[in-house]
Amino acid sequence: MNILEIENVSKNYAAHRALDGVTLHIPSHCVFGLLGPNGAGKTSLIRIITQITAPDSGRILFKGQPLSTEHVLQMGYLPEERGLYKKMEVGEQALYLARLKGMSRADAMKKLKFWFEKFEIQAWWKKKVEELSKGMAQKVQFITTVLHEPEFLILDEPFTGFDPINAELVKNELLELKNKGTTIVLSTHRMESVEELCNNIALIDNAHVILNGSVKDIRKQFRSHMFEINYVGNRIGFTNALWTGFELIDLKEEEEQSTAKVKMLGNLTVNDMLSLLMPHVQIIGLQEIVPSMNDIFIKQVSENRN
Amino acid sequence: MNKILLVIQREYLTRVKKKSFIVMTFLGPLLMSGIFVSAFLLDKVDTEVKKIGVIDNTHIFVNKFKDNERVKFEYLNEDVEKVRSESKNRGYFGVLVIPATENLSSLEKAVTFYSESQPGFDIISKIKFTIEKEINTQKYISAGIDESKLLAIKTDVNIQTRDLENKETSTPLTTGLGFAAGLLIYLFIFIYGAMVMRGVLEEKTSRIVEVIISSVKPFQLMMGKIVGVALVGLTQFLLWVILSSTVFFALTSSLMSGKSDKEKAEMIMKSRPGMEEAMQQADEDSPIKGDKMMKLDSILGTINFPLLIGMFIFYFLGGYLLYSALFAAIGAAVDSETDTQQFMLPVTIPLIIAYVAAATVINNPQGNVAFWFSVIPFTSPIVMMVRIPFGVPWEHIVLSMVLLIAGFIFTTWIAARIYRVGILMYGKKVTYKELWKWLRFQN
Repeated sequence: MNILEIENVSKNYAAHRALDGVTLHIPSHCVFGLLGPNGAGKTSLIRIITQITAPDSGRILFKGQPLSTEHVLQMGYLPEERGLYKKMEVGEQALYLARLKGMSRADAMKKLKFWFEKFEIQAWWKKKVEELSKGMAQKVQFITTVLHEPEFLILDEPFTGFDPINAELVKNELLELKNKGTTIVLSTHRMESVEELCNNIALIDNAHVILNGSVKDIRKQFRSHMFEINYVGNRIGFTNALWTGFELIDLKEEEEQSTAKVKMLGNLTVNDMLSLLMPHVQIIGLQEIVPSMNDIFIKQVSENRN
Repeated sequence: MNKILLVIQREYLTRVKKKSFIVMTFLGPLLMSGIFVSAFLLDKVDTEVKKIGVIDNTHIFVNKFKDNERVKFEYLNEDVEKVRSESKNRGYFGVLVIPATENLSSLEKAVTFYSESQPGFDIISKIKFTIEKEINTQKYISAGIDESKLLAIKTDVNIQTRDLENKETSTPLTTGLGFAAGLLIYLFIFIYGAMVMRGVLEEKTSRIVEVIISSVKPFQLMMGKIVGVALVGLTQFLLWVILSSTVFFALTSSLMSGKSDKEKAEMIMKSRPGMEEAMQQADEDSPIKGDKMMKLDSILGTINFPLLIGMFIFYFLGGYLLYSALFAAIGAAVDSETDTQQFMLPVTIPLIIAYVAAATVINNPQGNVAFWFSVIPFTSPIVMMVRIPFGVPWEHIVLSMVLLIAGFIFTTWIAARIYRVGILMYGKKVTYKELWKWLRFQN
C-alpha cells in the first residue's frame, strides 16, 4: 500500500517552474530517499506535502484520501533550514510543539521524558535554547519532530550539525522507527546515508522526476557488470585467460598482488569467469563493482541535462 | 480553533514571564506617581523667596503689592542708581521703579523692573495686575467716582459650563482627560504593535517558522500572536491601574496628613495637566474665591467615566488590531530589524498625524477636522478619544466604531496575504512592487 500518492503535481513561483508534472508513489513502512541537485524542486515538493503551500495542479493522496488539514497531525517535518525559539526553555518549547501536533499535555510530557532519557539530555529541560550548542539543539529538534509518533516523517538533511557519534544515533533511531511502522522520507545529499538507510529513492532534477524505484532495482538497472579481481600471478597469463566475453578495463600490479577491473559482456556468469581464470592465476578475491548512489546520481543528472 | 488558543497562550505566557514585563509593571506606576510627587516636591523646592525692592516716587503704591510665599516686596525711599548698584549685595532679585510722572497715563508706560536675570511670568503679571488696579482706582478718584460705588459696580463674570443635564462641567479638565487618553492609546499601539513585529521577525530569523506552519496555518499563527500580545497589553494596563491607584492613595494619605482640605485639593490639582489650567482659571476669575476647588467632585461627576473607560478599551483594541496587523506584515516581509525602518514610516504616519490633529480637535471638538479624523479608522482611535470627554453625538460614535472594525478586518486581510508569503521568503529585497505581487498571489 502506498501511503502517499503524488499525482502530476506542478508548481510555479512567479517566473520559475519548480515542479512539472511530478508523479511519485511512496510505499508505507519504508525509508524513501528524495534526492536531487540544489534547486531541483525537492523543497517545493516537501512544502506541498506538508501543506505549507498548495500545488498549482495535480493532487496528493495520503492513505488514499486527498490531503487535508487533519493529516498534519499524522506527519512530522524537519526542515532543512530549521531552528527553535531561542529565548524559550527547551522543555516548555518541546511541549508547545508537541501540543500543536495535537498531543495532550500529559501524553506529551510522558513521551518527552522518555525521549530525553533516551538521548540523555534530561539536564537541558530548563535551559534556554540559546544556551545549547548546535548539535544539542539539533537533538532537541529531532525529538520534537518525532514526538507525536507520526506515521509519516519528512526529514530534510537531518544529519547536518551532528558529529559522527550523534549521526549514528539518529540513524539508528530512524531504523528503529521504520521497524515500528513509520514511513520516512529522507531528503539528503549525503549519499552514504542513502546507501545505509533507503529502500526506495526518487531523483528529481529541474522540476522533473528522472529516476524512481527501489534501491535494489535501480542498482540492478545501473549495473555495469564490472568486477574487481584480486589475484596473484602473471599478467600475461591473466589477460590471456580472459578472452572473448570479457573486457579488461584496468589492471594494477602491486608487489604482492594485482587488481584487475573486468567488464563481463554477454550472458556469461561469474562461474564462467572463475573457471577461465583459476587455471592460470591464484584468485585472492572477486567482487562485483556495484555503482554507488553517488555515481548513479551524477550519471543520471548529467545524462538528463544533455 | 484550539490551535490558535495554544499559540495565544504561548505568546502571552512567554512575554508576561519576561523580566522586562515585571519590571515595567512596577516601573510604570512608580514613574507616574513619581511625576505626581515631583510636581508636588518641585513646588516645595522652589521656595526661594525673591525680594523685590520697590522705589515708588508716586507714593500711590506703597504697601499695595501683596507678598506671598515666593515674593516679598520692600518699600524703599532711596535713589534709584544707588539701589540698582547695591541690589545684588542687598539680596534683591530685582528693583521695581515707579517714577513720578505728570499724569497717570504717562505712568502706564514708565514703570521699569530691573533685574539681573529675566523675571518669570508670575512676578511680572503680579506687578502688572497690582499697578493696573491701583491706576484704575486713581483714575476713578480723579474722575470723581466714589470708591465704594466702584466696588458696587465691579462685575465679576464667571461663565459656568454645564452639560444639557444642568451639571457643571470644566473644559480644562475634559481637555486634560482627552489628551491623556489619546496619548495613552498612541503609546500602547506603538509599543505593542512593535512587539508583534519583533515576534514575527524572531520566528523568521530563528527559522522556527517553517516547523510551526507545518502544524498551524499562517493565519492562525499571525492571529494567535496578535491576540496574545493584545492580552499582554491589557494585562499590563490593568496592573498599572491597580498599582497606580494603590500607590497614589498610599502616597497621598501620607503626604497629606496634617493638611487642610483646601491644601489637599490644591495638591491634587497642581499635579495633573488640565487641573492646573482649571486652577488658574479659578485664580484669574477671582483670586480670592477658594470654593471653586471644592466643586472638583461635582465637576468630575459630570465626566461619564464608564463611557470613557469603555470607549478607551474599544479604541485601544480596535486601533491596536488595525495597526498590529500591519506591523505583523512588516515583520514578515523583511529579514532583519534594520530593514523594518523603511516600512515603519508610512504605517506610523497616520498615528502621528492623529496626535498632531488632537490640538485642533481640542479647540473645535465639533468641527469638520474633528469629525473626519474621529471617523477615519487610521486616526480615529486617538482623535475620537480626545473628542469623547467633550461629548460626541452617538451617530458619530457608531459610525466611527463600525469603520474601525471594518478597518481592522481590512488590514488583517492584507497582512495575512503578505504574512503568508513573507514568512518563508529570505534574502529578497522587498519593495512595494514586490509586496503588491504577494498580495495578489493565490495560494
